[in-house]
Amino acid sequence: MAISVLMPALSPTMTEGKLATWLVAVGDKISAGDVIAEIETDKATMEVEAVDEGVLGKIIVAAGTDNVAVNAPIAVILEEGEDAGSVDMDAVAGSGGPAPKAEAKAEPAPAPAAAAPTPTAPAPKPAPAPAASSGDRVFASPLARRMAEQAGLDLGQITGSGPNGRIVKHDIEDAIAGGTGKAAPAAAPAPAAAAQAPAPSLGAAPSPDVPGLPAFDEIPNTTMRKVIAKRLTESKQFAPHFYLTVDCEIDALLNVRKELNAKLDGEKVSVNDLVIKASAQALKKVPAANASWTDEAIRIFKSVDISVAVAIEGGLITPVIRDAQNKGALDIAREMKDLASRARDGKLMPEEYQGGTFSISNLGMFGIKDFCAVINPPQGAILAIGAGEQRPVVKDGALAVATVMSCTLSVDHRVVDGAVGAEFLAAFKKLIEDPLTMLL
Amino acid sequence: MADTQFDILVIGGGPGGYVSAIRAAQLGMKTALVEREHLGGICLNWGCIPTKALLRSAEIFDHMKHAESFGLSAGNIGFDLDKVVQRSRGVAKQLNQGVGHLLKKNKVTVFMAAAKLAGSGKVEIDEKGKKQSLSAKHIILATGARARDLPGLEADGKLVWNYKHALVADTMPKRLLVIGSGAIGIEFASFFNSLGSDVTVVEVMDRVLPVEDAEISGLAHKAFEKKGMKIMTGATVKGLKRGAKEVVATIEKGGKSTEQTFDRVISAVGIVGNVEDLGLEGTKVKVDRTHVVIDEWCRTGEPGVYAIGDIAGAPWLAHKASHEGVICIEKIAGLKDVHPLDVKRIPGCTYCQPQVASVGLTEAAAKEAGYELKVGRFPFIGNGKAIALGEPEGMVKTVFDAKTGELLGAHMIGAEVTELIQGYSVAKTLETTEVDLMHTVFPHPTLSEMMHESVLDAYGRAVHF
Repeated sequence: MAISVLMPALSPTMTEGKLATWLVAVGDKISAGDVIAEIETDKATMEVEAVDEGVLGKIIVAAGTDNVAVNAPIAVILEEGEDAGSVDMDAVAGSGGPAPKAEAKAEPAPAPAAAAPTPTAPAPKPAPAPAASSGDRVFASPLARRMAEQAGLDLGQITGSGPNGRIVKHDIEDAIAGGTGKAAPAAAPAPAAAAQAPAPSLGAAPSPDVPGLPAFDEIPNTTMRKVIAKRLTESKQFAPHFYLTVDCEIDALLNVRKELNAKLDGEKVSVNDLVIKASAQALKKVPAANASWTDEAIRIFKSVDISVAVAIEGGLITPVIRDAQNKGALDIAREMKDLASRARDGKLMPEEYQGGTFSISNLGMFGIKDFCAVINPPQGAILAIGAGEQRPVVKDGALAVATVMSCTLSVDHRVVDGAVGAEFLAAFKKLIEDPLTMLL
Repeated sequence: MADTQFDILVIGGGPGGYVSAIRAAQLGMKTALVEREHLGGICLNWGCIPTKALLRSAEIFDHMKHAESFGLSAGNIGFDLDKVVQRSRGVAKQLNQGVGHLLKKNKVTVFMAAAKLAGSGKVEIDEKGKKQSLSAKHIILATGARARDLPGLEADGKLVWNYKHALVADTMPKRLLVIGSGAIGIEFASFFNSLGSDVTVVEVMDRVLPVEDAEISGLAHKAFEKKGMKIMTGATVKGLKRGAKEVVATIEKGGKSTEQTFDRVISAVGIVGNVEDLGLEGTKVKVDRTHVVIDEWCRTGEPGVYAIGDIAGAPWLAHKASHEGVICIEKIAGLKDVHPLDVKRIPGCTYCQPQVASVGLTEAAAKEAGYELKVGRFPFIGNGKAIALGEPEGMVKTVFDAKTGELLGAHMIGAEVTELIQGYSVAKTLETTEVDLMHTVFPHPTLSEMMHESVLDAYGRAVHF
């Protein structure tokens, strides 16, 4: 069947982008992995790789088109035996399909900069983004508009709870009641009030009211934002971080992945899935790194439950792959795909994102070479994965080129000492560089 | 052996239960529905639908009686009660089969059996003695309600009917007493009145259709009397002496007791929830006055057990049950944008002649809630379409919050108002103010223009009256 190629999301927050260039033409033969187009966002230009193989049947979105929505069909790939005449390509394009058929170059599990705090109760779902952030038009019911006007409220400062974030009567009532300071998702009643001093638990943030500030927009903090702020501040305040970096050559891993995926019927195992698997196995070998600090004792966990940071609207969340040490790469891939997609839809149950023992944060897809993540308390360590890129390496005394991925482990020194961290990274590196040993 | 493990198991196949089951199946959940009697529940088999079929016969008969005023002749008109009832049963049967198809199409497993809770996540079903154990992550109680029997006024199916008996009436009572002037009572009163019975309605409250706006109740009262009904408000039936062929009712009003003789009595004094034989004993499901107590997401006190529709309390309306079911399921599925049911947005319809429909607060309730009001009214006599239809009686009333322009309530009486009320329901759900309603273009000539005019009238701008 003909396959529709969809506009990929290059970042978790991307909603549209510019289709800059087509690198293939109609009629060209395409193999999985070929770079077929370049996409531009305000931040970067990225390559689009084909996931399927076939012949390019039709280009739907011409090069140079601005504001192409994510997941909009941009081209149609014909499979072997199909020709353009026999396939209703508009129908194919229109059908879209649930899974994007093209992906950005660096793979899934997009993860944001810092570590991934597990939001604590009572915030199972992220609050909807404030209406103000979605552009100039604020969606609000006529009644809500009038009530806000009468109460002197700025709709842009209010979070809507109605369909698609529409501000409804209830939100205005909450905002008015919020003068008492208890309406969490509903935002402050007025800009002035929104600038009140932050709660002490968020750390001693400098007063935002410095004279001489230029004009600004205020985006009220969602519950998730507050949880992120609180937990990461706690982490940096209480967990003495130190960092260990290792470079892993991943050419063998990429080959194994390619071979695996060629044998899978439509499913894909990503580099990140293999990183999860390798981490889990390394932690099994070095259980002292799968640990957490309490004032009374260090807890060494008997199962490796890996929290994987996934960026979602307004923040991030860390769905957990439980018992990862006992799972195969495909199991992990399937579970991750399901968790990540439900995470982005805000449909995770609390037990699905709470209580991991170790975290992974991957910013490789953004071209980040290496970074230091903030530990997700009460966990003892987090592994930050950078981009796999070709770098000069010295092999047998000669200069060579290898695909290298830098991985940085942030460790809570109360729990894990340098030698233990190094031992874990060594085990991890061995598995990543010799992926067949993951089968052992 | 068929499947016995489900994500969702719904007990009861009425408008609450089957809609929940279909919604659950749409969301990819493995769903079962257990129904002890007939798919579609009371609504479809013994309530909403068959009564509408009867009332349609009565309405057409009424029109025929007035054929002359339309320039038509319909001499020698009459009816055959058996055939009227037969048509009503046929309509119910057709839709009952339709529900079966819908469930099948959505791959809901249907068990025609009685069901009761049997421990955490377990339900025991009894299909004519054949017992089976089913398990489900979430169990939805949707067993509905039935007619309430007051002591001394119990329905016997012979001289004293409840709605089920009345729906399959085998005789045209010459003198009929209807106890209770809620929707059920007044619809049967209307039906038998149109077909020629001498109908007396006894209502304990001080007005007919007591849940409606007082002004609408007043207009309804007058209209019913004009059609020949006797209405006794603030009155109670103290007792029924059942003879061989007739019943002597003792009716007390204003401290005075009278005895009146009737051929048949219809008891429509409310309903009670079907909470028995469900295995609720020993669970944390709380029952209060025959209804299961639920929270805003239809959860009972027992984890994994939910209740929706009539069994979960007022308002006892099919569309409330369906909507509650959808909310319950979507909440279980973790969908975004699920909101608790707002009772003030549930429209209510009564299909008496004239029809009555309403949504939101009555004028009195709005005042009591402390609102300053703007009230609009528009009579049918001012509407071209109403005159053309020969339906000049009725009114559309709107109640606004003077401060915010929120449409607090809308109340209508007259021809076809049950088909109009959803316009205001949409307006309430979208939270429109009077401005948006004024800016809406209503088609001419329609009865709906009265809805526009009523809003304009609330702000002193009615054009056609």
